[in-house]
Amino acid sequence: MTKRLAFLLTVLILAGSAHAETPAAHPADCRTAEVQPERNFALPHTASAIAAKKLNVLVVGAGSSTLPGAAGNQSAYPARLQEALRARLPGVEVKLAVDVKAKRSAADMAKALIAELPVNKPALVVWQTGTVDAMQAIDSDQFSQALDKGINVARAAGADVVFINPQYSPRTESMIALGTYAENMRWVALQQEVPLFDRFNIMKVWADLGTFDLNSATKKLDMAERVHDCIGRLLADLVIESAKSGEPHAEGGR
Amino acid sequence: MRLDLFRGIALWLIFLDHIPSNAVSWITIRNYGFSDATEIFVFISGYTAAFVYGRAMQTHGFIVATARVLKRTWQIYVAHVFLFAIYLAEISYVSQSFDNPLYSEEMGVLDFLKNPDVTIMQALLLKFKPVNMDVLPLYIMLLLSFAPVLWLLLRSPSLALIASAGLYTLAWMFDWNFPAYPQGTWAFNPLAWQMLFVFGAWCALGGAQRLGHWINSPVVLGLAVAYLVFAFGIAMTWYFPWLGAFVPRFVGEAIYPIDKTNLDVLRILHFLSLAVITVRLVPQDAPWLKSPLAWPAIVCGQHSLGIFCLGVFLSFAGHFVFTEVSNRVLTHVIVSLTGIGIMVAAASIISWYRRVERQGPGPRPPTTKTGYAGGSA
Repeated sequence: MTKRLAFLLTVLILAGSAHAETPAAHPADCRTAEVQPERNFALPHTASAIAAKKLNVLVVGAGSSTLPGAAGNQSAYPARLQEALRARLPGVEVKLAVDVKAKRSAADMAKALIAELPVNKPALVVWQTGTVDAMQAIDSDQFSQALDKGINVARAAGADVVFINPQYSPRTESMIALGTYAENMRWVALQQEVPLFDRFNIMKVWADLGTFDLNSATKKLDMAERVHDCIGRLLADLVIESAKSGEPHAEGGR
Repeated sequence: MRLDLFRGIALWLIFLDHIPSNAVSWITIRNYGFSDATEIFVFISGYTAAFVYGRAMQTHGFIVATARVLKRTWQIYVAHVFLFAIYLAEISYVSQSFDNPLYSEEMGVLDFLKNPDVTIMQALLLKFKPVNMDVLPLYIMLLLSFAPVLWLLLRSPSLALIASAGLYTLAWMFDWNFPAYPQGTWAFNPLAWQMLFVFGAWCALGGAQRLGHWINSPVVLGLAVAYLVFAFGIAMTWYFPWLGAFVPRFVGEAIYPIDKTNLDVLRILHFLSLAVITVRLVPQDAPWLKSPLAWPAIVCGQHSLGIFCLGVFLSFAGHFVFTEVSNRVLTHVIVSLTGIGIMVAAASIISWYRRVERQGPGPRPPTTKTGYAGGSA
């Protein structure tokens, strides 16, 4: 209980004073050893951007990349990712742009990317997708093609891509058939050598371990904010590790 | 007996697989290869339909048999609408009681409640099919067109089989499928899945004997075993990603994605391999088929429609228990076993009631007789 209070306090203080955080300020209780990326793919553009001390990131996503309410965007994972990247990459100027709108399918976002890329010139595109396609039962081949298209567009513009798959949502599990979409996403990621942030399985582990009560019928934002905070920090881990693995001594540069 | 046994088992597997994140579902066959219980269900349904209605067509003629097939189709349609009503009840409950801001996007799946005029109409037209409610519409379409197919099967079995395979090929070549609502196509493409149904029917009408020496040849058995081992190996890479490194890239590119909608050839082969081995291991007159151990599955298989609907309902209920009461592995085991227990109990009550009714006094319309012939279709 006290741990939780302390954590909340930390979050409150941090919200008041952005930039002033260190990684140690967060309890690492949402790190999961159970979910490991199956292969570490390199992020060459990101790695060279970090080396050049200037990293532009673009987050493209649908409704689960934001939280409702006036402060929704500040507490959602893209903002938390920015914080974590800044904290972990001292001396690097991290700029994060967000293109998040609810109810967009992968094809919608692949299209939006074409317009967004020249504006933000990111070295890294973080792409959250899959849920809306599953809800709208979009043809799974079309879904895979949209993913391929998005990756190609981003790469042509000199950006790496990281995927985020759908979130684990126990209450709606029997209503949204994520299976094929998660599977296709994983397969496209493997083929295209794109790191996949396995949000689904990470959240599932949280639910199993009791880290978060994802079944809770609460209408309050606090749990959602903590979940997004964790996602943001774990995502920063993935980005930094993948960028490192592209360095010559590592295996990932195939 | 053997058919009913495997249909019963398939119904149990469908029930287990339809409870989301059920820990017990790791025992089901879809986790060990490409095909799953749907293939078994469709094949055996085709087999029984041909068996029951084929005899009706030979003794009573085309019109009477068609009428019986259509009557059965209507029953399945009603069952589907009944399941849809249960689904509506479930999601209406969720939409009223659950509003976690973390899941505002996922809650959008309930949006169709806002315009029930369109959605319910689309559901009645079989275009709007919620998750896990795709099998019965497939079955309805297959039975709806079954009478002419059966007629052809009785005249020229080979021609019917070739026509069916031709339709399957055309559906693949030109991406033919039925439209769904609000968009997309049917999750089980009837134009592709019909092949397994017709193949089942073909086997029932003498095809099985013709295939006899194929099935019994050691070469075919060896191929079947080898293929199952291959599929098992691929399936293992889904759970142990590090194994994926051993799959050569060209193999992955050749087999993925495995298309369930259009009944991928890999799935058919996997099902056929399973069937070949099953026929070997379980002879038609195996004594243990009469043993009490086999009885629960057989009795479920004999009343497949009712038990299927019950299974879907129970999987909703099981998921409800997981989210509302407890989500431990022990609960999963208890819920799964209880669900199968209820299915067996319901099936045996139906059997008992039919027996009582048959013995009971009073005139009975002769049409119902076929109902007992090989279990219901």
